[in-house]
Parts: sequence; structure tokens; C-alpha cells
Amino acid sequence: MTDTMRSAENPGLAPIPGPTPPPIAGPALVAAAVPVVELRGVVKEYAGGVRALDGVDLTIGEGELVGIVGPSGSGKSTLLHIIGTLDRPTAGTVAIAGHHVASLTDRRLSALRARHIGFVFQAFHLAPGVSAVDNVAEGLLYSGLPRARRRRLATEALARVGLADRARHRPHELSGGQKQRVAIARAVVGQPDLLLADEPTGALDTASGEAVMELLHALNQEGATIAVITHDTEIAQRLPRTVRIRDGKVVADSARGKVVV
Amino acid sequence: MPGRRKRTASQATERQAVALTARRLGPRDVLHVGSAGLRSRPVRVVLSALGIAIGIATMIAVVGISASSQAQLLQRLDALGTNMLVAKPGEGMFSGQEVKLPKDAVGMVGRIEGVEKAGASGDLQHTVRRSQMIPEAETGGISVKAASLGLLGVLRGTTASGTWLNAANGRYPSVVLGHVAAERLGIDRPGRQVWIDDRYFTVVGILDPLPLAPEIERSALVGWESAQRLLGFDGHPTAVYERSTDASVRQVQRLLAPTIDPQNPQNVSVSDPSEVLKAKAATEGAFSTLLLGLGGIALLVGGVGVANTMIISVLERRHEIGLRRSLGATRGQIRIQFVTESLMLSGLGGIAGVAMGAAATAVYASTGGLPWVVPPWAAGAGFVATLAIGSVAGLYPAVRAARQSPTLALAAA
Repeated sequence: MTDTMRSAENPGLAPIPGPTPPPIAGPALVAAAVPVVELRGVVKEYAGGVRALDGVDLTIGEGELVGIVGPSGSGKSTLLHIIGTLDRPTAGTVAIAGHHVASLTDRRLSALRARHIGFVFQAFHLAPGVSAVDNVAEGLLYSGLPRARRRRLATEALARVGLADRARHRPHELSGGQKQRVAIARAVVGQPDLLLADEPTGALDTASGEAVMELLHALNQEGATIAVITHDTEIAQRLPRTVRIRDGKVVADSARGKVVV
Repeated sequence: MPGRRKRTASQATERQAVALTARRLGPRDVLHVGSAGLRSRPVRVVLSALGIAIGIATMIAVVGISASSQAQLLQRLDALGTNMLVAKPGEGMFSGQEVKLPKDAVGMVGRIEGVEKAGASGDLQHTVRRSQMIPEAETGGISVKAASLGLLGVLRGTTASGTWLNAANGRYPSVVLGHVAAERLGIDRPGRQVWIDDRYFTVVGILDPLPLAPEIERSALVGWESAQRLLGFDGHPTAVYERSTDASVRQVQRLLAPTIDPQNPQNVSVSDPSEVLKAKAATEGAFSTLLLGLGGIALLVGGVGVANTMIISVLERRHEIGLRRSLGATRGQIRIQFVTESLMLSGLGGIAGVAMGAAATAVYASTGGLPWVVPPWAAGAGFVATLAIGSVAGLYPAVRAARQSPTLALAAA
């Protein structure tokens, strides 16, 4: 219930995308109001003519906590991959933290992910046999920071997700919820501009799922921009903003206060 | 307006390019990510490294065992000295002409400057047998020779048992057996008797092996005087052995023939037995190509094993690859991770192989009483070969891993 209150209290954080959004150009980089995610007319077609995304427009401003909801097969995962720069659109433009994805080489896209995006996966993807703190430090491996600093930041990030006392534990010694919190710590340790969580509660029981969602809310309160991809409408409803996807299209966006289709 | 926008956009791209540069992984981080896969699957690591290890071990052992035998021969050669020369009657000017060395050849040679010792042996046409009951034809390849008293000193030989010929026993029907001759006659201690010509000779001594004079090893040696008195020896030596100072070997070699036969020096052939031994050492040192080839094949099979392990590893670790790509790893960094893993895997096999090969050589050397030699070049070459195999075996899987789409890698749950 606090979540709903929070969302009610927090309308200012949501960007106000007008009917004609400002063009993404050079000066926008230095401007204060750069959206973290800006998708314009994004189309993704797979071989065989399957159109997973069909003209998606989506803007996520700094400090937002957005739920991207839709049934399976709706194109959520494709959208996550496009936003996460793991995949490129067939058509349309994608800008993440002011960077145009189309103009970047694969190498620079990797740097973009290293610096600006943190991922949380349903299956946690923690390295087995490696302590929690080292798993979190992996999140900074490609950042260019020295080893000692990576470990120190990892310890701090673990404390931030409430697992300071589990730093030496290896994944098999942790509960599902704890594992996901370690994964969240790994995603936020580099203080990315955007945290992308793909079904973060999908593999957890209700209580652990609640705890993970609370953590995401808390991180958002501290200023993190978070996009949660989920098929669970209940979770989505508690988020300040919900974007509904169906058949590769945005069918509703609570920030616009209306159903698009 | 459009022009202006275009310019600002390109400026923005430029700025982005400066801001977004992938950071390199330090050497320690490369080792860390490269070894992560190995640490999580120790059994598989041991098994695939074993393939490489067996190949390298075979090669190191082949080279090591050859080198050890060679080292032993050279060591023995050092102990025997390379300053001994042998003069023998050569071919006469006309075929069929019998060439003989003068009776006092030993004395003549002894007077050459630089010669320290000289001795001689003379071939006899008799056979030596255990008893008169044994047919004369069964010589066992043993010859009977007359030996001067100084011969053993020149050869730096020693007696395994009994004594060498001396002024006292040299006059009587006594005989000293070379170690091969003693073995073939089945005589292991002095005091036994052997049948030469028409009488029994008493064995007074048995010699140790004489690598520089294998012909003496296969002989029954009778004193010079008793050979003349009892066996009809004409007193012409058939081989004159001399030992000189190291510095004067070449000079003595030149003077030997003219000194022994000033009129017809071409009738005397001079040889250096140590040269023969050196050549033998070289042939024995030449490792068996067949075994080396077998080692090479084992190494190749090991390399295929590593490639196989790496391909499986890449397939199994798609999630990890996807995760690393999402954490910001470039394709190059994924590639280097898997190449490093492959290098470590085969390098591990290489180190184990060198150790196993060296150990096998040590066992062989200690059982055969050889010095233990593993040539550093062989160990180095073996290790470099494993690294080459590791990089070749790892390259394809690594490229495959790097090419993998991160989305597919993550989606394959």
C-alpha cells in the first residue's frame, strides 16, 4: 500500500512527453532533462517475418520506476533486449542515456552497457562457487576500475541490498530471494543510469518476491531509474507507471493516463 | 535549419564516441575470467589436460632418455680420455702383401715426444675354449692375443678380479680374459683353466669393460714371452696403443706412422678410438623418430580433446556469455576469455606433461644407472607446443562464443 502511496506522491518524476517529443540531438546531451530511455517508432522483425515490436514509442525519464507488462509473446523480452542494447531494432531510433544506439559500434555498445545499464534476470545468473561479494564485483569487471576498488564498491552494494552479512556466502548457500538481491547488487554496483529487471520475481515465492520488489522501490527512492519487465499485473499495478504491451505495441501507458489503443 | 541540426548531431556522436570507450581488462582480470570456467569443472579440466600431458610426457621422455644415454656415453668418454691412438698394419702397396709392424714398434713409439705410455697386442691364430672337449670351431668369437705388460696402462683398463699380466706370471701359461671373453667362456673368477692350442692356461685375471678397445674385451691375453715360447708368436705386434698428453695428440698422430715404418709410412694406419665412440654417442643420442611421432600424435589427440572441451564449455556457458555481454564485455573480451581458458587448460597439461616426462626419464635413468638429463630446449619446446595447440584449439570456440548473440544466450533458459 505504501507503494501506491509512493506512486501517488511521485508524479513529478514521470516525464511529461508531449505529443511531439523533443528531437534527440547534441544539445540534448548536456541538457538536464535527458530521458534515460527514448524509443521512437521501434520495429523489430525476426527472420521469417515475425514482428515482435511494431512501432513502439517509449520514453523513460530519470528517476522513474516503470513496469512493462504484457502476456507472454507480447514482445516484452524483445523490448527489454532493445532497451538493454543487447539487440538492435529493425527500424526506429533508440537512445539510451542520450546515446544513439544506431551510431554505435558493438564495442561502444558494450561500453554503454558497462557504464549505463544494469541487468537483473529471472534466473539470477550468478556464478556458482563464487562468493556473493565477488559475484557483485563482476558487475564492475568491464568498467576499468581497479580490482580493490571493485571489491570495496561490491561490499557497499551488498550492504545496500541488506546482505552485508552474506558477503562470503556462495550462491548455493543463499535463498532464492537472497540470490536475487545479490543479482540486484551486481546490477546497481556501477550506479547505472538504468536498471533493467526481467521478471525479477518470476523464480521466487511470494514473500521473497515482495522483498525484492521492496528493494527495487527503495533503490528508486534513492534515485535509480528502473524498468521492470513482468507478466504479473499485480506487481505492475503497484509500480508508479505501467506500460502495457500487446502484440508488439504499447497499448496503454499510465503516464499518459490513457489507453493508446 | 536542417544543416545546423546535422552538425550538432555529428558533434554529439563525436562526444559519445569519446565518452564510450570499452575498458581493457588487466592481465590479472584476464587470468581471472579465463580460469573461472576451469575452477568450476575440475574433473573435466584434469581429463582434458591429461590428453595433452600424455603427448608431451612421451616426447619429453623420448628426448630425455636419449639425452641421458648420450650423456652417459660422453661421460664415459671423458673418463677414458680422447688422447689415445692406435697404430695397426695398413694395406700394403700390392694386394696380398703382408704388412707387419716392426717388433720394437712399442719402443719406437715410446720415444715420440709427448707420448706418455705405449703398449701392444699381437694376434695369434689360436682359439680359446673351456676344455679340449669342445670342438675347435666353436671360438665364441674370442681371439687370442699376445699382450705387452704396458697395454692395460695405456688403455686405462682395470681388472674386475685377479691381476694383470706381469713379469712373473707372463712367463707361464697364464691368461687374462677381457670381460666379453670371460662372459662367453662362462668364467667368473681367476683360477680356472682354459684350453689354448694344446695346453691349459690358467686364468689369472678378468678385465673390466674397455669401451675404447672392444677388440681387447673379446680377447684372451697371453704374456708376450709365453706367447712366443708356447704359441709360436712371431713377436710382430698387430696393434700399437699409445697415450700422449692432450696437447700433443695431433702431432703424435702425424708422427706415428713415419716413426713405426719410416720407409713405408703408408703401411701403418692410425686410428682414434674415441672418434668411434663419439659417433656411437651421436647415433645413440638420436632419439627414435617413431616414438617421437607417437608422442606427436598423442599431442594432437590431446589438442583435439581440448578443442572439444572448449566447444562444450562454450555451449554450456551461453548464459554466462550473455551475462558478461550484458555486463559490458566486448566480443574481444569474450574471445580472449575463452582463448585464455584454452591456453590455461593446455598449459596445465603441458606443465604436467613435462613433469611426467622428466619423472619417466628419471625412473629410466635411475634403473639404468644413467645420468638424468632432460634437455631444457625439449621442455621449452614441449611447453610452447602446448600453448600453440591451446591457442589453435581455443580459437574456434572462442570466436563462436564471441559471435553468439547476447539475447539468444540469455534467452536459452
